[in-house]
Amino acid sequence: MRGYLGIDVGSVSTNVVVLDEQDEVLADLYIRTNGQPIKAIQTGMESIRPELPDDLKICGVGTTGSGRQLAAAIVGADVVKNEITAHAVAALNMVPGVRTILEIGGQDSKIIILREGVVTDFAMNSVCAAGTGSFLDQQASRLTIPIEEFGDYALKARSPVRIAGRCTVFAESDMIHKQQMGHNLEDIIRGLSEALVRNYLNNVGKGKEILEPIVFQGGVAANKGIKAAFESALGLTVQIPKYFDVMGAVGSALLAREYVGRYRPTNFKGFDVTHDTFAGKSFNCSGCSNGCEIIEISNQAAVVGRWGGRCNKWEIA
Amino acid sequence: MKKVTFPHMGTSVVVFADLIRDLGNETVVPIRPNKRILDLGVRYGPEFACLPFKILLGSYLEAVERGADTVVTSGGSGPCRAGHYGEVAQKIMASAGKDLEFIVFDSIYQKPLEFIRKVNRLNSSKLSYWTIVQLVRFYWRKLQALDQLERASHRVRPRELKRGEATQVFNESVKWVQESKTMGQIAEAEASGLKAFNAIAQNSEVDVVKVGIVGEIYVVLEPAANLEIEETLGNMGVEVNRSIYLTGWTRENTPGGKKSDGFEDAAKPYLPEPIGGHAQESIGHTVMFARDGYDGVIQLAPFTCIPEIVVKTIMPRVTREHGIPVLTFFLDEQTGKAGMQTRLEAFIDMLRRKKETREEMQYARVSGH
Repeated sequence: MRGYLGIDVGSVSTNVVVLDEQDEVLADLYIRTNGQPIKAIQTGMESIRPELPDDLKICGVGTTGSGRQLAAAIVGADVVKNEITAHAVAALNMVPGVRTILEIGGQDSKIIILREGVVTDFAMNSVCAAGTGSFLDQQASRLTIPIEEFGDYALKARSPVRIAGRCTVFAESDMIHKQQMGHNLEDIIRGLSEALVRNYLNNVGKGKEILEPIVFQGGVAANKGIKAAFESALGLTVQIPKYFDVMGAVGSALLAREYVGRYRPTNFKGFDVTHDTFAGKSFNCSGCSNGCEIIEISNQAAVVGRWGGRCNKWEIA
Repeated sequence: MKKVTFPHMGTSVVVFADLIRDLGNETVVPIRPNKRILDLGVRYGPEFACLPFKILLGSYLEAVERGADTVVTSGGSGPCRAGHYGEVAQKIMASAGKDLEFIVFDSIYQKPLEFIRKVNRLNSSKLSYWTIVQLVRFYWRKLQALDQLERASHRVRPRELKRGEATQVFNESVKWVQESKTMGQIAEAEASGLKAFNAIAQNSEVDVVKVGIVGEIYVVLEPAANLEIEETLGNMGVEVNRSIYLTGWTRENTPGGKKSDGFEDAAKPYLPEPIGGHAQESIGHTVMFARDGYDGVIQLAPFTCIPEIVVKTIMPRVTREHGIPVLTFFLDEQTGKAGMQTRLEAFIDMLRRKKETREEMQYARVSGH
């Protein structure tokens, strides 16, 4: 049986997915990166292995996310793609005809506009942390509510409170003020959800034509309050795909399957890489005045990846 | 003897250094902006000032350490705060105990007499005006040659078979131009440079994506301020052209000719008045790139730059009406390239897919499918 591995190494979470030839998800995994991408990749590979059928053979590997190059060096990837393309491919596969993708992850949020199956426009937040999962996480822990229940609280609100949403600093002080005034928690949480959505639409979604079908994905899509806030702000229906939190990994597995086709051999190094010890180091090249910072990833004595230069003097990918 | 330093702006450094030297000054050639220069600029500059100011202030402070006592820079017209940056930098440096002479050149058309007085201050060798005119013409020719070579590098880089060759040829040919002593030698250096570019093994089959770059002049022209975006794009197989070269395309073709390449007209439906900075240029050139069949445009702007913020809000309409996708980068102190790399990759992927679909559709129309 042929299988395709997709790995999305993000700043907050590392996701691993294995698809079969019918593009069905055989196994999926969402773990925290915790600032240690190499360890997260190895843990992910180790935990997903027992969930796979014995006769499964990995025939293609795709990586994405900010740690895509690192993941590619460790597991041996066939396709290394940015997360915007990966997310679009996954959404198209799960919701054929999708025209708008709203994606909110831990550290970034993006909007992708598609027409007739082709990405025609996209935007990513660049200078603002408001409107990301980390901010919600932080506020949930400040209110001592598990993040999983955040959405339920929002849905119970009767009259949402207005919270400033442009900047996390403003939002937080506004929220504390409203709490001290005596507003109930549900109304505040709903207000915060609306502020986040307002900020997202004004900032990331500015000037974009948002048309149905709309898919909402990324870790924050688990939050029912945000989904409801999107629907009321847009006046449109928002769908959440089943694997909303691992769409990047799904997309890169799909890209890998497309790339290797039937005959191209994979670069996959096998699941045994979980037992290896990888170490990263960096040095400044003194070849010319550019003084590039070169990063080198090695497995014991063997160098498995090296990049960071402006020429290809050191490159091993 | 005056020890003169000036802003670092792409490859033009080699030319300005020689010009200032020939006027009878010692030059303290600015080094390529690096981490230390940025640190200095951030420490002494106002928090809300933009990246170009911080880089320039940092460069001046670094040059002072190497003995510079005079700064030559340009002013500006119109409501952009960069027009005051020379004076602001001078005040900040004075308050830090570094009293320097600042010679700030504004456009010769604005206050011709003042312009000439400033030339006199820099003319330490007391050269005749005729000689100065000859010198300026000579170095202007060098700038033109450098721009030509840079254009060639943009054309060849996405098509080169061995990565890095175009950059290498460019660096070498810059040296040839710099070492030229006569007009004839400049032409010769330029010709050999262009020949060297043509000799690079290229893949002529590829249908490369073409991208235009617009935005604020400093972050467009100084690779150290824009994370070497042109080279990054070239290595991704993209042909890059930018709206601003130090010597304009028109002036190059018509000696002593027009001032503008027509960007005001192109920008008119969106921004009929100049609002400072390079706002009108950015809009107008985006429209012009669309007309010239470019696949996309990248706007570069210093973080907090008002004219470019205005441009960004107008861009969706330009995109809609001219069918040209635009990607905006606000540049600040960050030196990590990952964020830019991801956005560039996705943008180029998108342009490529669009181009392919468009060509398929054209094929279908032509062949009656």
